[in-house]
Amino acid sequence: MKNSISHIKNSLRNKKISVEELYDEFLIKAKSSKNNTFNLLLDKENNILSIKESQKRYENGNPLPLDGIPLGIKDLFCTKGIRTTASSKILSNFTPNYESFVTQKLLDDGSIFIGKNNCDEFAMGSSNETSFFGPVKNPWKNKNYPTDDLVPGGSSGGSAAAVAEGTCVASLGTDTGGSIRQPASLCGIVGLKPTFGSCSRWGIVAFASSLDQAGPLTNSVEDAALILNSINKHDFNDTTSSNHFREDYSNDINNKLDQKIKIGIPSDYLKDVSGDILSQIENTKKALIKHNVEFVDVEFKTTEYALSTYYILAPAEASSNLARYDGIRYGVREDGKSLDDIYLNSRTKGFGDEVTRRILIGAYVLSAGYYDAYYRQAQKVRRLIKDDFQRIFNDVDFILTPTTPNEAFKIGDKLDPISMYKNDIYTVPTSLAGLPGISIPSGLSTNGLPLGIQFIGNYFEEKKLLQIAALAEKELNFNEQ
Amino acid sequence: MSNNWEMVIGLEVHAQLNTSSKLFSSSPNQFGSEPNENVNFIDSGMPGMLPVMNFACIEMAIKTGYALNFNINKYSVFERKNYFYPDLPQGYQISQFEFPILTEGFINIDNDGNQKKIRIERAHLEQDAGKSIHDIDPKFSFIDLNRVGTPLLEIVSYPDLSSAEEVVSYMSSLRQVLMYIDVCDGNMQEGSLRADVNLSVRKKGGELGTRCEIKNLNSFKFIRQAIEYEFKRQIDVIESGGKIEQNTMLFDTSTGETRAMRSKEFSHDYRYFPDPDLLPVNLTQDQIDKVKTSVGELPQAKLDKFIKDYKVDKDIAKIITVEKQNAILFEKMISETDVKPKFIAAWLVGDIFAFIKENNLEVSSLNEKTKEITDLLKLVSDDVISNKAGKEILPKVLNGQGKPSDIVKELGLEQVSDSGELEKIIDEALIGEEENISKFQSGSDRVLGYFVGKCLKATKGKGNPKLINKILLDRLKK
Repeated sequence: MKNSISHIKNSLRNKKISVEELYDEFLIKAKSSKNNTFNLLLDKENNILSIKESQKRYENGNPLPLDGIPLGIKDLFCTKGIRTTASSKILSNFTPNYESFVTQKLLDDGSIFIGKNNCDEFAMGSSNETSFFGPVKNPWKNKNYPTDDLVPGGSSGGSAAAVAEGTCVASLGTDTGGSIRQPASLCGIVGLKPTFGSCSRWGIVAFASSLDQAGPLTNSVEDAALILNSINKHDFNDTTSSNHFREDYSNDINNKLDQKIKIGIPSDYLKDVSGDILSQIENTKKALIKHNVEFVDVEFKTTEYALSTYYILAPAEASSNLARYDGIRYGVREDGKSLDDIYLNSRTKGFGDEVTRRILIGAYVLSAGYYDAYYRQAQKVRRLIKDDFQRIFNDVDFILTPTTPNEAFKIGDKLDPISMYKNDIYTVPTSLAGLPGISIPSGLSTNGLPLGIQFIGNYFEEKKLLQIAALAEKELNFNEQ
Repeated sequence: MSNNWEMVIGLEVHAQLNTSSKLFSSSPNQFGSEPNENVNFIDSGMPGMLPVMNFACIEMAIKTGYALNFNINKYSVFERKNYFYPDLPQGYQISQFEFPILTEGFINIDNDGNQKKIRIERAHLEQDAGKSIHDIDPKFSFIDLNRVGTPLLEIVSYPDLSSAEEVVSYMSSLRQVLMYIDVCDGNMQEGSLRADVNLSVRKKGGELGTRCEIKNLNSFKFIRQAIEYEFKRQIDVIESGGKIEQNTMLFDTSTGETRAMRSKEFSHDYRYFPDPDLLPVNLTQDQIDKVKTSVGELPQAKLDKFIKDYKVDKDIAKIITVEKQNAILFEKMISETDVKPKFIAAWLVGDIFAFIKENNLEVSSLNEKTKEITDLLKLVSDDVISNKAGKEILPKVLNGQGKPSDIVKELGLEQVSDSGELEKIIDEALIGEEENISKFQSGSDRVLGYFVGKCLKATKGKGNPKLINKILLDRLKK
């Protein structure tokens, strides 16, 4: 594939293009994009040293795993000396003096950051419409309404749209309830949310700490594996970072499956879905069945509780995580007559509506008299959801689901927050369980828009998960459709 | 005020743990640095920063658990206590709430000879906040974040205390133990140990009243004043027909009065919930057992040992065991000499402590000089020199002016203990004293003192008084 990491590395190795020319090419394209995919683009001067060092390594024949690859970084990762806003007004003037753990790993592997991708404000949203910097447009068009601007999904909407429009080779996003997988699906690219604890959260602007996880948005499953190789490392500075054994996720990725694979399809996920969505699952079944894969129906007992559980726990954590944005030490401060006024004005003007809504929900479910009914209850249900997944994994290797219940919709179409929240119905349960999930593009809707399927694996089984996803990718052959 | 009221008091004591770094960050944990010097990205609440638990704090909590007879819980949870204040950069304090590391402990206090067991409900680890400074500029407030994240152990007693004296005794016993096990420096002036006092009043034996909490008292004097004032205030309110509101009070050190800071209506809803950045603490029995050996001997055990094994008077033993360094010095001296511990103890709390106080020294600074001190005490206890001479020489010995025996020789302070010489002197002294001798023989003991004095004078004070006494009695009884 033309824009895959291995293809580009080959071109760099064979001197078909230099690192600098590659950077220019992507930067020019990014600058002329009308999709608002970046909050900030880095001119070549900002990266000239890295570009030259990368070029030197190619010339010396010892390039690093991601050497010279232009990446987009969701504007939620703190990047040293580079403005980091979380797409919020309150951080619109914030430049951290430290580099997040995972972006540092990407730099260590030779990649070059072309800019900071637009996203929903503090990663709260499923359409990238809550950004202080304005909505991101999906590069895809509905063939029946070609003038409509469509959402790219969210919250990593800028990341997904940028990869889809070709203004970066891959982007690093974060997924809390589907924020990598859902936009990947709506933009026709690959998105991987690793197991919670795989990738350090150190230096990522926190939304919901028990759910946030960094992961790649890429053109191919193999690219996702290459990025995962780089960012999946143990970090002593993140207590929730797991110290398990890490494999090389990209080698053997295209090997034939050496044993019989059993995949469960949750029948309860497929009630009330459109024919377009159903046919994605059917096509995937057909494509894999010849590869020694067996499909079985499975049924969750907890699916209907997942969204409410998520929309209690995530806002609860967010209400506390966002308390530090008070206008006192950094970020935007609005004046006031008293300390309380400064807090009130800075936070009222600094946060957008969706963020404010979630802070209020979060404060409510944690408050005295409501804690047991909401927060504690939701924690118990979360445990049941985890158990529910383990019950099903006793019997199957993977679970196959649609990634989203619908294709990309028109910007401004979903004004009601509840109907927006429902977009994450298939991704949220996995997040609550902490399991890895990958979305790959599986086909086009009748409107000519991309749709995605999600494979869910058991804890830390990313290696196997990427292998099955690569096989499905090959068989479904989306990029040639 | 009628005197049939009594007070019911529970104490929340905050002890800063003397670890080298903070509870969840690697910044130094030290007092007296330049403002905002001991602050890193975690302490200042920068976006994306994560806490990492300092296990030394857990070990200190376990140690305290052993010393104060607590249940040491294998499972405990750090939670977030949410409130806004500029000296709280994260917007929440990480503390333990539902599952504290220590539960159900106690300490025995001694109040004027009466033993009382004070039950302690719980002790938990938490972060200290920074400091807001409002009084150095008319327009601006300043924030010093050095203290942010300093580890605190909050020790919460049951309402078992019923007087200011008991509270002070409880607080000083706690302080003593925490200093003995080396988890807190006990420096109240620097805020290393502070107390919130919860006080209510009731008719003797009656039902519990509504309590008020007096915040942040950092000296025994203030604690006593605040309690006495608040006790009177509550009784006055009730006796004049009013009701006690459950308020948080501040103690004004300049007026000695308490005043309401905020009422319960305006009290914060802290919205505690488990901190998702931190895993629950799961200790193994092995980890708990390992700490046990480092607890060392506690003050009560030392006191009992000094009284029972070393035959030291109770009052003197108490003075020695108040601080660990006293006891260390004392036990070092005992180990280096065969002089009786009781004799050493009397000298220690007498002239030696006086010297330390006069010269503004640390007790531990004498650990290097125990050999000289015990040599000197040996000379006294062996009657080589008189008690008086010993006192005279002590400062010279402590100031390093030479070996005790050399100083004694130099100053000619050795006692005359040669009985032949003394007999001669005594015989001379008795010449012409027939009248007094017969008074003695007819039963007047008082005359003996007169003769001893006369003989001592004749030896220019160097005669061994015991020997003089003995020889005199022999002579007089003839």
